[in-house]
Amino acid sequence: MIRMRIEVGYLRPGLDSRGRELGAETLEVYLVDGVAGLTAALVSEVFADPVVQSAYTDASGPLKAPKPDWNVLIEVSFRAGVTNPVALTAREALEIALGRRLEPEATVQSATQWLFQVKDLSQPALTALARSLHNPLIQQAVTLTRAEWDSGMRLPDQYPVVHLGEVPPVETIALTTLDAQALVKLSKSRLLALTLAEMEALQTHYRDGQVQAFRKAAGLPAEPVDLELEMLAQTWSEHCKHKIFAAHIAYTDTTSGKTQAIQSLYSTYIKKTTRDLEPKRKFLRSVFHDNAGVVQFDEQTLVCFKVETHNSPSALDPYGGAITGIVGVNRDILGTGKGAKPIFNTNYLCFGDPNTPAEEIPQGLLHPKTVLRGVHRGIVEGGNHSGIPTVAGGFLFDESYKGKPLVFCGTGGILPATVNGESAWLKHIDAGDLVVMLGGRVGKDGIHGATFSSLALDETSPTSAVQIGDPITQRKMTDFLLEARDQNLFKGITDNGAGGLSSSLGEMAESSGGVRIDLDLCPLKYAGLAPWEILVSESQERMSLAVDPAQLEAFLLLAKKRHTEATVIGEFTSSGRVELTWGGKLIGALSMDFLHKGLPPLQLTATWVPPSRYEIELPELNLGDTLLRLLADPTVASKESFVRQFDHEVQARSVVKPFCGEKMDGPTEGAVLKLRPDSNRGLTVTHGVNPRIGDSDPYQMAWNAVDEAYRAHIALGGHPEQASVLDNFCWPDPVQSAATPDGEYKLAQLVKTCQGLRDACLHYGLPLISGKDSMKNDTNMNGKKLSIRPTLLISLVGVIENVEMAMTTDFLAAGDLLVLLGETRPELAGTTLEKMLAFEVPGAQLAGVPTVRPSLSAKLYQALAGALREGLAASVHDLADGGLGVALAESSLGGRLGAHITLDDLPGAGGTPAQKLFSESPSRFLVSVNPKNLEAFRQAFRGLPAAEIGVVTANTNLTIDNEGTTVLSLAQQELLTAWSSLGRLT
Amino acid sequence: MTGKRTPVRVGILSGFGINADVELGQAFEQAGAQVVNFPVTSLAESSESLASVQILGFPGGFSFGDHLGSGRVLAQVLRGHLRQHLQRFIERGGLVLGVCNGFQTLVKMGVLPNLGGDWTPEVTLIGNDSGVFQDRWVRVAANPANLSPWLRGLGDLDLPIRHGEGRFQVRDQNLLQALRQQNLVAFTYQGENPNGALEAIAGLTDPTGRILGLMPHPEAFTNRLQHPLWRRRKDVGDLGLTVFRNGVEHCLAQRANPP
Repeated sequence: MIRMRIEVGYLRPGLDSRGRELGAETLEVYLVDGVAGLTAALVSEVFADPVVQSAYTDASGPLKAPKPDWNVLIEVSFRAGVTNPVALTAREALEIALGRRLEPEATVQSATQWLFQVKDLSQPALTALARSLHNPLIQQAVTLTRAEWDSGMRLPDQYPVVHLGEVPPVETIALTTLDAQALVKLSKSRLLALTLAEMEALQTHYRDGQVQAFRKAAGLPAEPVDLELEMLAQTWSEHCKHKIFAAHIAYTDTTSGKTQAIQSLYSTYIKKTTRDLEPKRKFLRSVFHDNAGVVQFDEQTLVCFKVETHNSPSALDPYGGAITGIVGVNRDILGTGKGAKPIFNTNYLCFGDPNTPAEEIPQGLLHPKTVLRGVHRGIVEGGNHSGIPTVAGGFLFDESYKGKPLVFCGTGGILPATVNGESAWLKHIDAGDLVVMLGGRVGKDGIHGATFSSLALDETSPTSAVQIGDPITQRKMTDFLLEARDQNLFKGITDNGAGGLSSSLGEMAESSGGVRIDLDLCPLKYAGLAPWEILVSESQERMSLAVDPAQLEAFLLLAKKRHTEATVIGEFTSSGRVELTWGGKLIGALSMDFLHKGLPPLQLTATWVPPSRYEIELPELNLGDTLLRLLADPTVASKESFVRQFDHEVQARSVVKPFCGEKMDGPTEGAVLKLRPDSNRGLTVTHGVNPRIGDSDPYQMAWNAVDEAYRAHIALGGHPEQASVLDNFCWPDPVQSAATPDGEYKLAQLVKTCQGLRDACLHYGLPLISGKDSMKNDTNMNGKKLSIRPTLLISLVGVIENVEMAMTTDFLAAGDLLVLLGETRPELAGTTLEKMLAFEVPGAQLAGVPTVRPSLSAKLYQALAGALREGLAASVHDLADGGLGVALAESSLGGRLGAHITLDDLPGAGGTPAQKLFSESPSRFLVSVNPKNLEAFRQAFRGLPAAEIGVVTANTNLTIDNEGTTVLSLAQQELLTAWSSLGRLT
Repeated sequence: MTGKRTPVRVGILSGFGINADVELGQAFEQAGAQVVNFPVTSLAESSESLASVQILGFPGGFSFGDHLGSGRVLAQVLRGHLRQHLQRFIERGGLVLGVCNGFQTLVKMGVLPNLGGDWTPEVTLIGNDSGVFQDRWVRVAANPANLSPWLRGLGDLDLPIRHGEGRFQVRDQNLLQALRQQNLVAFTYQGENPNGALEAIAGLTDPTGRILGLMPHPEAFTNRLQHPLWRRRKDVGDLGLTVFRNGVEHCLAQRANPP
């Protein structure tokens, strides 16, 4: 039983690509303790690639690595309790090599060693170097200089591990006798995040005679115990109960003087919209009550789709936050209906400007570039390692995300229409079914997830651990689950995300009418967790299932064969209660009715006062320079270097990929997937988001977001009547308080956005099938509050009847005619041009809010869908960020062809050439048409705004005329250089 | 007597983070084969059933998360459980195809190229020169001097690469010399070398020609709509499928004329 430090390095220089960018050489380090029978030969076989690497067990790695002249060594390892997937695999690999399970007390850790030859050895420089290699929230770095090494200092042969000691006893908390002040204090001190009204509701419940009588008879204390309070606080949290969307809102619109009592934004604007559309959208299957919305794709297949956000965790640990977000939303899909298979990811990522000067970033916040890199790496590994293609999505840069990035993680899945003769979207759980926890083990990860940032970090305290997703554990669980589903081995399933077992089992128990959870049976990562911690832990890679006792043996046998841990931890009942036990003894109980329905709605006030905006006249612009600057704007510019790192093709369904065109670098509108080899029916995936329009008009912001997602679907060749959307709201706190003096306005913005969303979805016939909200996107740094722009992301999943007719944005051939569909109006408020001009005056904006003209746009979309079905277009690009100018440039670049157009007769309200080129009027497309199809194309758009504005040219220049004069002429290389300016940020 | 009507049977490994097993199976089915799923975790059973298949497929993916090096832990599992069975399978004329992570696994098992005959790893695939994972379509050329049944009729073709560890390396120069002399290089990248592979090597066979490993994904190009330029060029074809047809036809021919 010896401790062993194993250092693995390359045999020759030039092989280590990880260290190259920093001029370093890296070694992988494994620290093993308490494993009998390890030999140098065995560890060499397990850990080193014999063709190019060597393993050193005598701590001599740094001397034998291909950088013997190093003078600084930095070793980065994970803090105690943080999930480290590499170490988990290393442990498994040792078990495979030894042919036995490791001793339970054995530990296997991993670390990365960096060897540098640096000039400046000052302490601040070393600290900065170490800091650039690790995130202190989850990792620790040890730095050794060569002088220290030569004086005999060495690296640790073990990093701290979690030792918790005894299981803390269940605490009883005095509640029934507290006054208002004490109730508020209790909520704060226990991190319950409940309001006074909510605390009073708890108090009333525990004072109730019947409740008291039950508790006495059951041997429970009259006052609540800690795990009951924790479960209530979790179930009633904003995150789980969406209290703001469920609130009673007194809404006043000061422009009309009208007031309105809104019972619930969710019921009024979201649920009702879908219910109203249900009669004419027969493909809806399960909306709102499962983990994801489910629609019928064809006779044999159901499709489900869900988008989540993981903003706060990503602000603190961008990599861990993002990867946890991805594998988390994957689990939502796994837990939908009888269990769906994830077939695509799509992520929308919003960051501060990557070019922000470092001194403008408040202390304590990560630079947007650092956040971007970390989030990007999380998305890359979360998707690629799971074998789920990242097919669509986007990047949005805006200074308002400097305090908190928005990380929207979306996943779509498929289910067979029926599983063992029953509709696959149904699930039912009966009393007597067993509760099974599947996948990872329970640790302190993410307890009180929302508050971990405020906890002091130190090496002995594992409560600091944040969650890090482990795709490989989840991948094994996924394989097992789909196999078990098809063998009918379980009845109900849901994922463990926020709130852990408390949330998943609390929800599932509604189906049978109760549940008993035997907390002491839950498998743990390390001993010593309190019962309440087991109940609310957010440890990842776990699902909760309901298994018929008759199937249990077969279920557990298959789980064992597929290396997935499964444990019976209770039973579904019809007791009307959640009963919590420990060692067979009842230690807590809550009425299901009170848990789920006892929460008093928030009473909020929203007041719409139009924002005071200050219109600035569009300055004189050089059109060519302006177009180049727009192309170089981070939101517009090519993200190829980021996106090529996503596997977008695994599972072999992609027909329209993230890129198109001659050099495979032109943008596409979204994804088209061919779901089955034997059918040409396909799926479209698109998004829409326009937060800056909300500065002047949140109602139009919603319309524009819906319009953008829908018109991208149409541009891809999608069927106009077969699309569904998801709404994801990310808002700054809209509840009026001392910290949020403008809460009533922010809530009014939310009301208006919901109204726009409803109107747009009803008009286009787009049912809302799922959604999520995240309502506290503010950051406080050094007394300064940074709030995000209110953001509504629309994500669409639709049908294209024949993927052979799918469209891309790249011009196909010289001589094709260019047609602009839709009306161009001088609408520049909230546009990319406005952002680029960066007015210093607060509230300054350009004139004209991009406004959807619903009656016109719907007709246009029908006509275009018809023309595309007939194959009348060669390319279609919808006009979005940067308007006509950017769309023209992108389609030219995609085709490596030029274009010559005139701005003379654009349908709409006219304006200057700059207004025409950069307006972001919605509902427009740039279409190229082969001359042989022109007549038919004209016919298809008779009576609609369709202007023949020019032609695709073999000469690759982009030339734009206005009233007989050339107002813009750019060589393709200039466009390409500007558009490629982001380069390799990641 | 097995007639032509009995389809060729292909076993496809799955589990532990193998991701591209479904489409690899579909590609073989499209080529007329019958596919059997072989979960790595059921090796006790599938090692027996290896006798029932003529082709064994090692799909792409991230087995064990690529931790400890791509394909290495899976290679360790398979060497431990499957070595004798696989040895017998190859000796009786079975074909093996490893794509991406499957290729990485085969070289790390030592079964490819196996010039020494004792399953000692001789070549490897390490982190891309660029340091990052890449998904892009590249042009590869099949080596006309390599007579492997998998390569029959193949010239240049476009295929997607999707890997973070595709940089081909050898133990020493002698080995590289031997690979050249015995014409074991199967595919080379044309144009830009996407990962810094030695001599732009994208794929390799063993001296029997029956074991092929390659980084690009032929199973991701069995339909013209998968090619990124299908809207621009009507003749992009579905050349990835040729690899699978070759494998299946070889097995059928062998059945008609046993060696």
